[in-house]
Amino acid sequence: MADDYAIIGIFLLIGIGFVLVTFFIARLLRPHRPSDVKLETYECGEQIMGSSWIQYNVGYYIFALIFVIFDVEVIFLFPWAVAFKKLGLFALIEMFIFLAILIFGLVYAWKKGALRWV
Amino acid sequence: MLEFDGLLLNIYNSLSLWFESLGVPLIWLDLLVMVFAGAVILGVIAVSVLFLVWWERKVSAHIQDRLGPMRTGKHGVLQTLADGIKLLQKEDIVPRVADKKVYFWAPVVCFVTAYMAYIVIPFGKGLIARDLNIGIFYIVAITSFTIISLLMAGWASNNKYALLGGMRSAAQIVSYEVPLTLAVIGAVMLAGSLSMVDIVKAQGPYFWRWYWLPQILGFGIYFVAATAEANRTPFDLPEAEQELVAGFNVEYSGMKFAMFFLAEFANMFTVSAIATTLFLGGWQPPLPGLSFIPSWIWFFGKTLFLVFVIMWFRWTYPRLRVDQLMGFAWKFLLPLAFANLFLTGLGVYFFG
Repeated sequence: MADDYAIIGIFLLIGIGFVLVTFFIARLLRPHRPSDVKLETYECGEQIMGSSWIQYNVGYYIFALIFVIFDVEVIFLFPWAVAFKKLGLFALIEMFIFLAILIFGLVYAWKKGALRWV
Repeated sequence: MLEFDGLLLNIYNSLSLWFESLGVPLIWLDLLVMVFAGAVILGVIAVSVLFLVWWERKVSAHIQDRLGPMRTGKHGVLQTLADGIKLLQKEDIVPRVADKKVYFWAPVVCFVTAYMAYIVIPFGKGLIARDLNIGIFYIVAITSFTIISLLMAGWASNNKYALLGGMRSAAQIVSYEVPLTLAVIGAVMLAGSLSMVDIVKAQGPYFWRWYWLPQILGFGIYFVAATAEANRTPFDLPEAEQELVAGFNVEYSGMKFAMFFLAEFANMFTVSAIATTLFLGGWQPPLPGLSFIPSWIWFFGKTLFLVFVIMWFRWTYPRLRVDQLMGFAWKFLLPLAFANLFLTGLGVYFFG
């Protein structure tokens, strides 16, 4: 068997190929009659009020930041989880300390109101 | 001939002998095997989605005391096929103000990531495209790309509903990813491996040894978070029809819309398949005496049951509010997932 991870690249190519071929087949079959009204953005039939690429308050911004922190920590937990049985008590205590710091971070964010919906 | 693993190995061995006799390097055979696996999995996705869409409509109908599709084929089994052919002929409308390139690639990214997750799903004994040694980690990584495709679709449409839907789904999937991954780690600790095949084998053929029992908390967290990841009711805020008129894919039509639809159902199958693999013993029978039934039937049976439960949720619970949704992930599921890790650590240390 060749390199184990070559299959990921091959699946990537097959997947993209499949979608593009399907789009191409659809292109041969479907009608193409654009009109001014048809190409307008959908806003429940109302007149469009400007572009939607505007600056507005993204309430999820803080959540994204917290996510980055926690997701990186979770990645650190994976090697520990795999080797956990071999490492014994030392790894257990060490990881508990690590998790405790994480939970402290969560409690801090919670108390600061970062988890509150704005 | 109901089990494929021996058969496939025999075919591979005889093919490699044949290739050797022809003097062709074996790397071409490996390549052929990979392309074959890719084609088979495309087939699996197509058939399972055709079935699941029909099944969802039937389950919904029967829960609401209706019949659902009845006319296309017996009990409407060909309904999805008819819908697919219809979508193939639909005009492709791209809004004038859209970002054309991003608009085009969003459904491609969405489908390809859903498709690539299937590489490491063990459909049966020996029925896996490639048993990567980081299997479950790979799935967690590759399914994260879904967020990017939804954001691409929402932003490129230049539509307010689509943008809000895309933003919401990014926030939601990102939030539920953390408890989901922590729940996965619980099962990984018990199995001591990231490979999907090893995790299945570690659980053995007795149903009380499967990880749903020692990881009952983890299983619950995983399943709730997975429902949210798959954007299913009660967590279907990104596509809330009544307020966002379908969310990130409002502006999509024809085959591009079909790709999002395909990916959504493929994702629902994937999360159920992972739950089966991690917590319900994968392709193992519940008792060793039942091993005369082929392993892939067990796998599909368990997975389809979990898919059914997800559909059942849809007609049982009302949709959450956005603040409730985020609060539930961060203030309830995440602490619970940490508690599960502590308990699992202590349990494995003292009783494992």
